[in-house]
Amino acid sequence: MKELTGYLRKDGRFGIRNHLLVLPTVSCVNGVVNRIAREVPEAVPAPHAHGCGRGGPRDLEILFRVLTGMILHPNVGGVVLIGLGCEISNTKRLLPLIQGAGKPVAVFNVQEDGGSLATARKGVEAARRILAELADQKRAAMPWEGLLVGMECGGSDAWSGITANVALGAVSDALVSKGATVVFGENTEMIGTAHILARRAKDEQVAQKIRSLVERAERTAREVMGDLAALIISPGNMDGGMSTIAEKSMGCIVKGGSTTINEVVDYGETPKEKGLILQDGPGYDGDSMAGLAASGAQVMFFSTGRGTPAGFPAVPVIKVASNNRIFKAMEDDMDINAGSLVEGRPLTDLRSEMLELLIRVINGEKTKAEANGMEVFTFMTVHPPF
Amino acid sequence: MENALIIHPRDNVAVALKDLSEGETVAAEGIEPFTALEEIPFGHKVALRDISEGEEIIKYGETVAVSNRPIRKGEWVHTHNLESQRWKR
Repeated sequence: MKELTGYLRKDGRFGIRNHLLVLPTVSCVNGVVNRIAREVPEAVPAPHAHGCGRGGPRDLEILFRVLTGMILHPNVGGVVLIGLGCEISNTKRLLPLIQGAGKPVAVFNVQEDGGSLATARKGVEAARRILAELADQKRAAMPWEGLLVGMECGGSDAWSGITANVALGAVSDALVSKGATVVFGENTEMIGTAHILARRAKDEQVAQKIRSLVERAERTAREVMGDLAALIISPGNMDGGMSTIAEKSMGCIVKGGSTTINEVVDYGETPKEKGLILQDGPGYDGDSMAGLAASGAQVMFFSTGRGTPAGFPAVPVIKVASNNRIFKAMEDDMDINAGSLVEGRPLTDLRSEMLELLIRVINGEKTKAEANGMEVFTFMTVHPPF
Repeated sequence: MENALIIHPRDNVAVALKDLSEGETVAAEGIEPFTALEEIPFGHKVALRDISEGEEIIKYGETVAVSNRPIRKGEWVHTHNLESQRWKR
C-alpha cells in the first residue's frame, strides 16, 4: 500500500493540508474575514454565527474548545485571527489557550485596529506573509498511527444503514487494524443501542460513560420533543423496513465498525487513545463535523442518501452516496457510490476503493466538497442566546 | 443476481434490495438461494432461517428485536412478528 504523507506539526500531530485559516472570534466580524478571503483566495475562511450572546458554562466550554481546536488543528499551518474586542471569546481570552501553537498566528481586533476596512487590509497583508512561509514547508512520511478519521452521516435515507454506513464501518475496521484512530459521534442516533455499544467498551468506565450519554440523549429527546419523541422511530422509518429504534440506530452506529471502543470523548475533545473513539456530540451534520474537526480529525467520511453537499473548512470531507440515484443526480458532489453494493458489488471491493481514495486525499487530492468550496462552519450550543 | 443483502455473518435476517414478491427466489452472497414465502418490500427484512418465538432478531451482528411468534425461513420480519427490547409498544 502507498505511503501516507503529511505536515509534521510541533505538537507531534500530522496535517494532511497546510492551510491558512482566517477565523473570526465572533460573527460580528465575518465581513472582515470574507473580505480577506476575497483578496487572498488561497486562504480558508471560517465565518460562523457564534462568539457572543451565550454565557452558560457549557456553551463557553464548547465555544472556546471549538475555536482553539480550529486554530490548533493539524491541517492548519497558520492563522489570521480576527477579533472584535467586546465579545465573549475575545482574543485576550483566546490567546492563552493557544500558547505554544507552534504555528504563525496573526491577531487583529477591529475595535483596536482602525475598524473593519483597516483590519481587513492588515489581515490581507498578514495572510500573504504567512502563506509565503507555509509554501516552504514540505510533506513528510506519516504513519497510520498519526491519522484521525471522523465518521459522519447526514441526510440519511432507507439505504444509508444498508449500504453507505456499512461501507463506512468496513473502512473504520480496516483503519483501526492499521493503527489509525476513528472517531464517530451523533449520540441521538445511538438511542436504543446503549447495551450494544457498552458491550464493546474497553472497560467498565468507558461502558458507563456510553450508557450515561445515550440515556441523556434519550432524556433530552423526550424533554424537547415531548410525545413526538416516539417519532425518533417514525411511521416512515417503519414503512422503510425499520422495526425498532435499536435497528434504526444500528444503521447509524455501524459506521464506526465493530472494534473495541477505547475512549469516550466530549464534544470537540482530543482523544488520548488510539483505535475507535466515541464522541459525545449531536446528530446535526454541521455541528457534528465541527466536533470531529475540533477533536483533530484530519479527514472525514460523510455518508448521505438524500444528498448533502456540505464540507468543512480545512478538513477534507469524502462524500459517500448511499444509492445510485443520488450518486448520479449529484455526481459533482459525491466521491463514492456505496449504492453499488445493491448491484452485488462485494463490500471488500468498495472498501478498497474507499481506502485508496482516502490515501490519495491524505496525500493532497481534493474531495468534491473541497474542490467545490462547500465548507460550512457551525457548532453546537446548548442554550438559546440572551 | 443478488436481491438481498446479509450485513453480518451472524445475522438471521437479510435486507431486500428490491421489492420481492411471494414465491420469488431470494439470493444473497454466501448462502443457498431460498424462496420468499410472502411479499418483502424493499429495505425490509426476510428470515434467513426458522426463528422460534422469543428468539433474538439479529441484524448488523447485533440483537435489534425479539420475535413474538415463530417465523419461518423466507417470511417477512417486521413489527407484526417481533417486539422491541427497548420500547415495548
